[in-house]
Amino acid sequence: MTTESGADSEAKQPQEKKETGKGKAKAAAQPTSPQNHPEQLPAAAGHSTPARKEQQKEEDQESHRSSTSRLSKSPLRGVKKVKIMQCKVTLLDGSDFTVSVEKRAKGHVLFDKVCDHLNLLEKDYFGITHRDVENQKNWLDPTKEMKKQIRAGPWNFAFSVKFYPPDPSQLTEDITRYYLCLQLRDDIVSGRLPCSFATHTLLGSYTVQSELGDYDPEEMGSDYISELRLAPNQTKELEEKVMELHKTYKGMTPAVAEMHFLENAKKLSMYGVDLHHAKLVGNLYESLAPAEGEDSEAVEIMLGVCASGLLIYRDRLRINRFAWPKILKISYKRNNFYIKIRPGEFEQFESTIGFKLPNHRAAKRLWKVCVEHHTFFRLVSPEAPPKKFLSLGSKFRYSGRTQAQTRRASAQIGRPAPLFERSSSKRYNMSRSLDGAPIMENHETPAKDGSMDGAARVIAKEDIITTITTERKAEEEKAEQEDFLRDTTEPAPTTPLRYDTKRSPHLYTCDPLRSERSLPSSPVSSNKVRRRRRESQRASSVSPAKSGAGRCRRQARAEHKAALLKEQALLLSARRQRLEQGKRHGGTLFSFSLHLPDLSSILDEDGYLTFPDLSEMRFLPECAQSFLPIKSPSLIPCFLFIFFFLLSTSFSVPYALTLSFPLALCLCYLEPKAASLTASIAQSYHEHDSSEEEETDSEHTDFAFDGEMTATESEADEDSEMRTQYSFIRRVKGENVFIRHSNLMLEDTEPPPEVVKHQTNVSELKRSFLETGGGSSGGVPGLTEWEKRLSSSPLRSPRGDEAPMIEPLEPQDTKDEQPTGDEKKEEVGPKGITASADQEETAVLGTETETVPAKQMSPDSVEAAAKDMPVVHTETKTITYEAAEVDTNGDADPGVLLSAQTITSETTSTTTTTHITKMVKGGISETRIEKRIVITGDADIDHDEALAQAIKEAKEQHPDMSVTKVVVHKETEITPEEGED
Amino acid sequence: MANMCPYGRFTHAVVRGIPETFGKVAGDGGENEATAAVELAKAQRQFGCLTGALRQKVGLQLIEIPPDPELPESWRIEDVAVIQGDTALITRPFKQQRRSEAEAVRRVMSELSLTVVEMGGEQGDSGGATLEGSDVLFTGREFFVGVSSHTNRRGAEVLADTFRDFAVSTVPVCGGARLKNVCSMGGPGTIIVSNSDGAKKTLRMMEQLTDHHYDVLTVPEESAANCIYVKGPSKRDFLLHRPAEECPESVSAFQKLQDYTLLPTACSEASKLGASLSSLCLLINRKHTHF
Repeated sequence: MTTESGADSEAKQPQEKKETGKGKAKAAAQPTSPQNHPEQLPAAAGHSTPARKEQQKEEDQESHRSSTSRLSKSPLRGVKKVKIMQCKVTLLDGSDFTVSVEKRAKGHVLFDKVCDHLNLLEKDYFGITHRDVENQKNWLDPTKEMKKQIRAGPWNFAFSVKFYPPDPSQLTEDITRYYLCLQLRDDIVSGRLPCSFATHTLLGSYTVQSELGDYDPEEMGSDYISELRLAPNQTKELEEKVMELHKTYKGMTPAVAEMHFLENAKKLSMYGVDLHHAKLVGNLYESLAPAEGEDSEAVEIMLGVCASGLLIYRDRLRINRFAWPKILKISYKRNNFYIKIRPGEFEQFESTIGFKLPNHRAAKRLWKVCVEHHTFFRLVSPEAPPKKFLSLGSKFRYSGRTQAQTRRASAQIGRPAPLFERSSSKRYNMSRSLDGAPIMENHETPAKDGSMDGAARVIAKEDIITTITTERKAEEEKAEQEDFLRDTTEPAPTTPLRYDTKRSPHLYTCDPLRSERSLPSSPVSSNKVRRRRRESQRASSVSPAKSGAGRCRRQARAEHKAALLKEQALLLSARRQRLEQGKRHGGTLFSFSLHLPDLSSILDEDGYLTFPDLSEMRFLPECAQSFLPIKSPSLIPCFLFIFFFLLSTSFSVPYALTLSFPLALCLCYLEPKAASLTASIAQSYHEHDSSEEEETDSEHTDFAFDGEMTATESEADEDSEMRTQYSFIRRVKGENVFIRHSNLMLEDTEPPPEVVKHQTNVSELKRSFLETGGGSSGGVPGLTEWEKRLSSSPLRSPRGDEAPMIEPLEPQDTKDEQPTGDEKKEEVGPKGITASADQEETAVLGTETETVPAKQMSPDSVEAAAKDMPVVHTETKTITYEAAEVDTNGDADPGVLLSAQTITSETTSTTTTTHITKMVKGGISETRIEKRIVITGDADIDHDEALAQAIKEAKEQHPDMSVTKVVVHKETEITPEEGED
Repeated sequence: MANMCPYGRFTHAVVRGIPETFGKVAGDGGENEATAAVELAKAQRQFGCLTGALRQKVGLQLIEIPPDPELPESWRIEDVAVIQGDTALITRPFKQQRRSEAEAVRRVMSELSLTVVEMGGEQGDSGGATLEGSDVLFTGREFFVGVSSHTNRRGAEVLADTFRDFAVSTVPVCGGARLKNVCSMGGPGTIIVSNSDGAKKTLRMMEQLTDHHYDVLTVPEESAANCIYVKGPSKRDFLLHRPAEECPESVSAFQKLQDYTLLPTACSEASKLGASLSSLCLLINRKHTHF
């Protein structure tokens, strides 16, 4: 990719890739091939920015190539002249590999080149490091431009193992193990991996065997070993012992020797532990055993990040250990690093432990490493970037594959074991041991892979409903190639759609999407926005009823796409950020502010993520910057909304301007306080609805995640997450069980979901239902609030007869673009206010906002408002805010519906509806799978069990997705006569 | 790595006889009145039973260092060395007077061609470090060092420096006890622990610190928590534990261990001095099986 225009160079790439992808489709796919799904991909990639079609194309293609996503280039980019940089990458064998990349290339470009050079397929364990000015090693973020990560100095890098596989024998290829060995040898020689004399001897002897082959007294003489570095301080004694052992290995192939090497090395206590210097802040447990008179604050410790968790060392002693499941949250602030610990058996409260790192960058570095390790080793699939906004958290997430995914992917490797030369050995010019080795490798590996591959394929076949992430996709690509032809209809339509969006000439029509997306992040707005989104989704998710098989297939396909979309989420969001940045400079305040919300996610120039800070609001006067509300990311949205609202009512710009800013400030000032409340209310009030929302909240997801790994500065937010864990259990009762799997593609902006409040919500909900019941008896008999809500959902269980779930009663749908969307039917609900009537809606809602702040204004409940009124609680106020903001958003952004499906299955007492919705909004694709299980029947059903079962099934079906929310409703509550719990 | 194999494979045991000064605490100016309570003859008899069990029942090669009346506590041989694989760390006991006990042990270690590592003198890096073997629990996979009245963190550091392959974790030991007083190995992945509060606390810490999983066998009496587990040459599991007379309530717990050969071994006299079964011997494995 050294050509001038990025477009050209990449255009080539994809072609090759496509070919390889296809070529290899039948021979079990290579790890790269999972990403080769040219046919499908288009559907997955959502891009809203017009001016960038070409680049997107290339990127789409490119995104097939590597799972470590790639980001889009900024729109401005094509214009500029491409600078080529020479990169020097020090490989694991100590040699340097020089390669040129575009200056603006993302980290993954270099990484992929190096991996290609090394012929390495299982590359997810590896990474590229760069030493910063402080000579600290930083991992090159594959999703970010290299130039931003390398501030100064030459472009020198090192290729290293990033995630040490706890069980190297599970690596598929010998070549991967070889590189791991090289890394470990370096770790050992450099002293990073301490081991005893005996271990040095043993490991050294395997090294010698793999490098030099069998001991040959004639050729080797007596001091052949001193040429090799085997230990930090290599003694004659050590060499002699190594030689002794070496002599006993006759006939051992290099691959076997390396396997032995790894089997021993992996047991070392410091294997794969990434150490960071720190000091204690506050006191750790008594195990610290401070020496007498020692100030615990000043205690120098080391934090070790490894596959299993976080280790704390003092000198060489392990003084504490926090396994990933024990850690609820990781955060950093300035140069402090915090972990929040799950309360132990006998403890009531979680505790937070702080460490002081030498500087801010070190804290950030540690935090990132933790996030990445947690994701890689602990999660099944990478976490979506946080959609929250309020917490001011970094959006950094590990973007590559997790260990689980990479294992699955590498099980697909079908190439014959590559021949490679063990660097210093020249073994292949040598003699007998070689003859055996490669042959054996050749035979062994394919055989193994073949079977595994077969198995995997079977799974793919049988388990169509499973969510598929890229690798899985690869399998399916093969397995379902025939199906593909049939199904192309589906992905195909989406393609034009996407291009449409991109092509759309006016940038800002699309951009509003973005602002919609970001606005919700403001806590106040969340409710409405969610609702709005839900509606549009609901509407769009209406899919014609299909035959079971077709549905399944379609669903599988959809999930395919979901996975892909997910893959791209990061890159897309990053692209978005870039766009923002670009615009920031050229735009007017107006256009800038439209994108403002993304400021919160802007990356440091050095490739790090930072909290949004004042410096990013450069347009504000100095003095104003210290004023808290100004820092609020939602200020601009608020301001804008109010501004437009006032403008629309008064038609006086000065008036609107003068009033709206203070108002917005007020809002933002209240925002943090209202945030949690609002969120919770929103949730409870629309619990049912919100189950469709697209957040993937790690905080909510205790099934899949241990906790949350965010950098955040908001305390309130932290608290809420904690309680989540517990609240879940209690919610487990009810008659209707809704399970939603969602993959959040959107780097979204929702306020931190406050699960905590959920409890409250539930009771709140109950109360409101009860009251509503009373009220509604006077109103529309029989149609309770609850039912109404239900009715607005695609699946209406109570009446959800056979054909039921497909029709949302009040789809607010949306978007002119949508009609083009697939074969999905868009219905404009009879009662719904069409979203396209944005202006009107704004006005209406706006009015309500102003005059009736205490009312609940959600668009979907407008028709229900009459009934709702009596029930209105104080909280509704907040909702009103949201309603208002939503509108702005709504105006701004229709999302493009890529596809939506509804699949229904029923048994005697349960009805299961699965919704898969893919949307593109503002260049971000988002996929949600919502599963609703309605259990109808008498009270003797064991609801807990039903729920547990449902969750289990869901998890099995979608191993790559996470259950982010479980909402349980008990319908009996609605009806006044059954008012008991 | 080289030395990592399941706990319990031993080939040799090193013991040191009970001197007639048994009961006199080294360096003690006679203020210790507990001395009157111990019966030398009984202690020697019990010692004989222990060594007999190790040699004849378990099948270990026994090396007995003759007692030295000058060293009244030298029978607590576990304290003076920590042995793992082919490395023996000669410790520095808390009491100055006990440090000369190491002399004879060091010789034996050398004879067994172990790599002897010294903790070093009072000067140097490890100055102030104290370590006693009865505060060290080696599980086969890692070390736990009880930071107690006799062992400090510096001592643990030296241990960590010596056995670099293994994680060395420090755990608190409460109430003046020693780590091995409250827990011991009862199998390759089994820790026997008493259910006193202090022991539970220690165990919790160990559970938090470890990367591995251990089964825990809880015994109601504290003195029962110290056992000697050996997987003998015959590949059978042997457990030397305190007999029913000394720990009536715990015997049933030991019976839960499947397919074990239980060897009740009395240790009442030594335990009056705060020692226990494991204090009386050093276990060594001279048959290394590399991975």
